[in-house]
Amino acid sequence: MPDGFSAGDTAFVFICAALVMLMTPGLAFFYGGMVRVKSTLNMLVMSFISLAIVTVLWVLYGYTLAFGPDAGAGLIGNLDYLGMRGIDLNALTGTIPVTGFAAFQLMFAIITPALISGAIADRAKFAAWSLFVALWVTVVYFPVAHWVFFFDGGNGGWLGDRNGVIDFAGGTAVHINAGAAGLALALVLGKRIGFKKDPMRPHNLPLVMLGSGLLWFGWFGFNAGSALAANGVAGMAFVNTQVATAAAVLGWLAYEKIKHGAFTTLGAASGAVAGLVAITPACGSVSPLGSIAIGLIAGALCAAAISLKYKFGFDDSLDVVGVHLVGGIVGSLLIGLFATGHVGQTASGLFYGGGLGQLGKQALGVAVVLVYSFVLSWLLGQAIQKTIGFRVSEDVEVSGIDQAEHAESAYDFTAVGASLARTPAVPAAVPAEKTEVDAR
Amino acid sequence: MKLITAVIKPHRLDEVKDALQAFGVHGLTVTEANGYGRQRGHTEVYRGAEYTVDLVPKVRIEILVDDEDAEQLIDVVVKAARTGKIGDGKVWSIPVETAVRVRTGERGPDAL
Repeated sequence: MPDGFSAGDTAFVFICAALVMLMTPGLAFFYGGMVRVKSTLNMLVMSFISLAIVTVLWVLYGYTLAFGPDAGAGLIGNLDYLGMRGIDLNALTGTIPVTGFAAFQLMFAIITPALISGAIADRAKFAAWSLFVALWVTVVYFPVAHWVFFFDGGNGGWLGDRNGVIDFAGGTAVHINAGAAGLALALVLGKRIGFKKDPMRPHNLPLVMLGSGLLWFGWFGFNAGSALAANGVAGMAFVNTQVATAAAVLGWLAYEKIKHGAFTTLGAASGAVAGLVAITPACGSVSPLGSIAIGLIAGALCAAAISLKYKFGFDDSLDVVGVHLVGGIVGSLLIGLFATGHVGQTASGLFYGGGLGQLGKQALGVAVVLVYSFVLSWLLGQAIQKTIGFRVSEDVEVSGIDQAEHAESAYDFTAVGASLARTPAVPAAVPAEKTEVDAR
Repeated sequence: MKLITAVIKPHRLDEVKDALQAFGVHGLTVTEANGYGRQRGHTEVYRGAEYTVDLVPKVRIEILVDDEDAEQLIDVVVKAARTGKIGDGKVWSIPVETAVRVRTGERGPDAL
């Protein structure tokens, strides 16, 4: 390998990439447990399909649009690596092979659209959703990743490299991006039948806990891996991730106990995700004490924010806005207050003698990504709605999307009447069994 | 003949079963049931949204008895099922025209 290559860093980033990959099935369970029985599978597979679609698009043109050399003004990458051709096996990004960096970044591109699906639970056509994922990563995620994550000595992305917006592991590119898109789609598709009237209780909280646990686990890859090296910054990002998440669980539960009188399991799981979201942009620039503050604030604020949908009457089914958009904004802005100036990045926040400069930059990043993602997502959603239709029929929605869209059901509750159910045709190869059944 | 139906708290089922056995009842049918009386149900909270769950889990017991045993049997069930707290349940009886033991074809009180 060439000079500068580090086997340790490379091994670390590959493992982190695999950890981040696991977050998407984790997210599927986190969301899947929160919906009603009749749409469990649809919720799971809406995340899973992102693994398939985005991976293929990443190779075809995603990697080059996001991380190819800048095509101008820091807005988008050029087409040098179309089909991921022309990438030398020995080429490095920092101290790791380009392929390792590309694999790591691919996992971010996969989970971001999957996050959006929670906003439109129970009511989206699967084909329309799949099309949305493909279009959305193309016109929203790939460019925004370029703006935020592509560094090239001042010739990289216009937000991160040129304007100094700090987003260590994806507060703007991943969470605000997905949260704003979730809000847009919730508005395009409209409310679920029975929203605010029928109980839409989570059908399986243990699944939600399993999912949030997997997310928490994988998030170490997400955040620590974003150092792209097995070094001190990765170590600090790792610690901050753990600390902020723990504090956010406490913040969310405290808010709930005061406001609603109970410490709920769903609250603990949601608080963890809110903390993970909020520390994502900040974990490379704040101290563990700052992380406690960010976690507590994010936990309590996100717990308060989820009631917005009832107040404003939009049906963001699984609180993508309340958790990811609000959590992402909290984390991104608080960098402007809590950045120490010596953890990983050199910019200092207000509380560490840095003045208001960094806060202003963070606000710019938040506003730009929020507006860009919301507007384009809304337009894409409308275009799909007007052409192939985005929302399932009323009949399908009431009877359950799993059977209509996937011809399956998540659980078999048949007890009485199992023998009356239509059995598959017995293959000719096993006539003995058929005779036995007939004899009975 | 009478059909005695009791809807009781699930955790009192064992006591009621024992009391019925001591009284000499040979058979009974138990089903899981849901319902509410004056106390209504309970409230659950999910991400700040409160849901009132009206239906509380109960157990429903059905016993076929001779007319002369009916009143006494009701007392036995009530005594065994009572905790004194709200939600203890209800017991009622209705007349039964006929009963047949499927195995032998015996009818009426002989079938019990």
